[in-house]
Amino acid sequence: MFKVRIHGRGGQGVVTAAELLAVAAFNDGRHAQAFPSFGSERTGAPVVSFCRISEREIRTRAPIDEPDALVIQDATLLHQVGLFSGLKPQGYALVNTAKSLEEIGAAQFVAGLPANHVVSLRATEIALQHLGRPLPNAVLLGGFAALTGVVSLAAVIAAVEDRFSGEMRDGNVAAVTEAFNQTRAQYEALAVRERRSVGAAPD
Amino acid sequence: MTEQTIKFYQVGSFAVGNRLVDPALRTVQSDRARPNSLTSGHRACQGCGEALGARYVLDAAMRATNGQLIVVNATGCLEVFSTPYPETSWQVAWMHSLFGNTAAVATGVAAALKTRGDAQTRVIAQAGDGGAVDIGFGCLSGMFERNDDALFVCYDNGAYMNTGVQRSGSTPAAARTATTESLGREPGNPFGQGKNLPLLAVVHEIPYVATATVGDLHDLEAKVERAMELRGARYLHVLVPCPLGWGTESRDTIRLARLACETGLFPRFEAAYGEILSTTPIRRLVPVEAYLRPQRRFAHLFRDPPRTDDIARIQAIADRNIRRFDLLGEAAGEEPR
Amino acid sequence: MLRQIEGSRAVAESVALCRPQVVCAYPISPQTHIIEGVGALVKSGRLKPCEFLNVESEFAAMSVSIGASAAGARAYTATSSQGLLFMAEAVFNASGLGLPIVMTVANRALGAPINIWNDHSDAMALRDSGWVQLFAVTNQHAVDLHVQAFRLAEELSVPVMVCMDGFILTHAVERVEIPTQEQVDRYLPPFLPQQVLDPASPVSIGAMVGPEAFTEVRYLAQARQVEALVRIPELAAEFERVVGRPSGGLVSGYRNEDAETIVVALGSVVGTIKDVVDAMREEGTKIGVVSPTTFRPCPEEALAAALEGAHRVVVIEKAFALGSRGILGADVDALISNRGTKTYTVIAGLGGRAITEGSLRRVFGEAIRGELEAVNFLDLDRGVVDRELARMADDPRTAPSIERVLRDVRQSAARIV
Repeated sequence: MFKVRIHGRGGQGVVTAAELLAVAAFNDGRHAQAFPSFGSERTGAPVVSFCRISEREIRTRAPIDEPDALVIQDATLLHQVGLFSGLKPQGYALVNTAKSLEEIGAAQFVAGLPANHVVSLRATEIALQHLGRPLPNAVLLGGFAALTGVVSLAAVIAAVEDRFSGEMRDGNVAAVTEAFNQTRAQYEALAVRERRSVGAAPD
Repeated sequence: MTEQTIKFYQVGSFAVGNRLVDPALRTVQSDRARPNSLTSGHRACQGCGEALGARYVLDAAMRATNGQLIVVNATGCLEVFSTPYPETSWQVAWMHSLFGNTAAVATGVAAALKTRGDAQTRVIAQAGDGGAVDIGFGCLSGMFERNDDALFVCYDNGAYMNTGVQRSGSTPAAARTATTESLGREPGNPFGQGKNLPLLAVVHEIPYVATATVGDLHDLEAKVERAMELRGARYLHVLVPCPLGWGTESRDTIRLARLACETGLFPRFEAAYGEILSTTPIRRLVPVEAYLRPQRRFAHLFRDPPRTDDIARIQAIADRNIRRFDLLGEAAGEEPR
Repeated sequence: MLRQIEGSRAVAESVALCRPQVVCAYPISPQTHIIEGVGALVKSGRLKPCEFLNVESEFAAMSVSIGASAAGARAYTATSSQGLLFMAEAVFNASGLGLPIVMTVANRALGAPINIWNDHSDAMALRDSGWVQLFAVTNQHAVDLHVQAFRLAEELSVPVMVCMDGFILTHAVERVEIPTQEQVDRYLPPFLPQQVLDPASPVSIGAMVGPEAFTEVRYLAQARQVEALVRIPELAAEFERVVGRPSGGLVSGYRNEDAETIVVALGSVVGTIKDVVDAMREEGTKIGVVSPTTFRPCPEEALAAALEGAHRVVVIEKAFALGSRGILGADVDALISNRGTKTYTVIAGLGGRAITEGSLRRVFGEAIRGELEAVNFLDLDRGVVDRELARMADDPRTAPSIERVLRDVRQSAARIV
């Protein structure tokens, strides 16, 4: 089972993100369960949503204490909420920010994770570019697909096409694809660096 | 042969010379083949205005709908005295709802009929003043607001009679009830309270609102007939004296209903879509005292010394109604009967 | 058709397939998506003929359903928590009159204090109302139970409440198989009322029954409940034949046949418990879980049979009879106490507090080692409670202060729950 926790603020589509991820996993032929944490969901308040993905039926309803992956839609939450609490040692982190993780002070939280499991993505900027609105939730799933390989890009796109219509659909599909490509590039660059630092012969 | 014209003084119910009335103009009640929707054998008090009103209204409705009627009834005297299991006095399809939800249950029946495409069968909801003005008001307002297709009839005797005469939002000022005793400095129900449900119904802008009494059968039947010609939410408010609760003689029920109108205390009108269309004028104005004296619930007004201030305040209520509904002027469209 | 959709929407689809004729809507979290879903299906023309009414209160919702059902229409509504209480008079009225209304209750805690999250106190408050109460463990289960609910209700002339955990199930997006219209039509024939308001054949419904007959009327209502215990498994078997998957029935068991410790629970927490059972089994602990799908009428025989052989029973329940003890726990204890089996009642998940696998593991272990009290509250913050009790002891004029308790636990607002 692969467990994802998505953090953001009310109004940023955190719940929709988990649902889209679940639908994408379904499109890939897997079982998936998405649900929000049920805090007071007013605009701006911290919101968490969860998604489990598995080859078999998912029975548990407990919140995800030890996620395999984190998607952080709003970096301003970094120092307010225990975002990284419980993240598995080999876990993944996808952070929505145009800055570097060092710049936003996230380096300390991800220090223990494998280097190629941590990616920062300018999802809001990509969304603005393709959607005209700062809605990074679906965009980040493109990055997620590239980073973890747990869902396919095609599945994410299908989920997006199912959920949105008109310009939101077209814009999101374009944004998701760009996010995927950017993350894939970053991931590969990190993998190369990792291979180098692990003692591979220098190119 | 010499002819002599004899003028009969019309008391408003065609009591005199009913045999001379054209059959087409006769009341449903005068027909031996009347439906008797509420038939004999029920346990109402002698002289019960509500039992009379219910039979009058439903028989007229049965005639108007060719017998295609479903009736929903609130908790109260009418329901209790008519259906002591295993007996029932109802010869119509009838259901007892709860106390506060009669309008909603009627709405449900209407919805069921609509979904079946049954446009023939009609729905009447009926309740006392408690079940309409107080506990039933929320659901009633909802039925009005949605314009659900049912006629809601309130039989208003001004208190919760079945439970022992307790005050309702329809109890008149100064009236004695078990919860507004004729004691202390302000005996009876306080002035300045009360809900005028007919006017509240008008403000909901429903297709038809009318007030009537059991003292004028033709008027009441005509209003039921008019209501049943229409679709959507309709409201009929019927004044029904209660000998037990009012402390009156059982033989005075009709007379008191008539007096309520002739004093101006109970204005009769018809309204549609928020506008009052017609009022029934008072033919022979009577001071409120004539109406109050026969009722023991107002007896405390007439002790020694009499509470002339309170009587004057009640007169002022009547006078206001006369002004407001133009009960003495050239009333629009209504011929004195 | 296999879909990945929100539980509420899945239920809306299922209800629509049952061809309700009058549907009432009054909003309350967390059922609102269900009724919105049905409303959209009516408005779009997919569900017809159906009258969809936006009513002015839950009391009106159940009342309109009563009128519609008495006039021969298949009636449906949904509510939760405070809404269920607000319609309480009408809920009892519906079962007393034998009207086959089906209602979804998206379980939510009862206030005060007001709380919009899941527990079972709402359904428990109406457990004596004479409604059949079914509890869904998954959204698939909820979909299937609604279809069976209409069939059961109309056959026995008894209203049925399908309970599903608010938010946890209603707002979870998961895989469900939605039956086809043809399958549902095969299983659920058109509504044939046992008594109906019909001018052609007038009856009086809702008479006053006095002391001379009331006991007999109530006894007959109980007899109908007992009949339901017979019919429910039969109808579940028939449903399985139609859709090809088992769903419904009285009681479900998982790894309970040879278990020494059996956990009993209602609703979605059963899924979490199954994962814990598997993990503990792997370590050699003989543990299983039994879940009543039917809570009322109480499936005594089936439940007692499922608990056969257990050394101890741990009841996890999301409600509490204030001033007494557990509710499900009391039911279970009554069934098995004569065997000498110990029943532990664990009150958990009140007001939506998450039930974690870790906590369950811990409490099962304590039960096995005999370290558990007979009735206890899972994950109770003893510090907060003890401080408040001490404060109250100091100043007897002070009632328990909700504000003080909240201030004391405010750091948990930032915790992930």
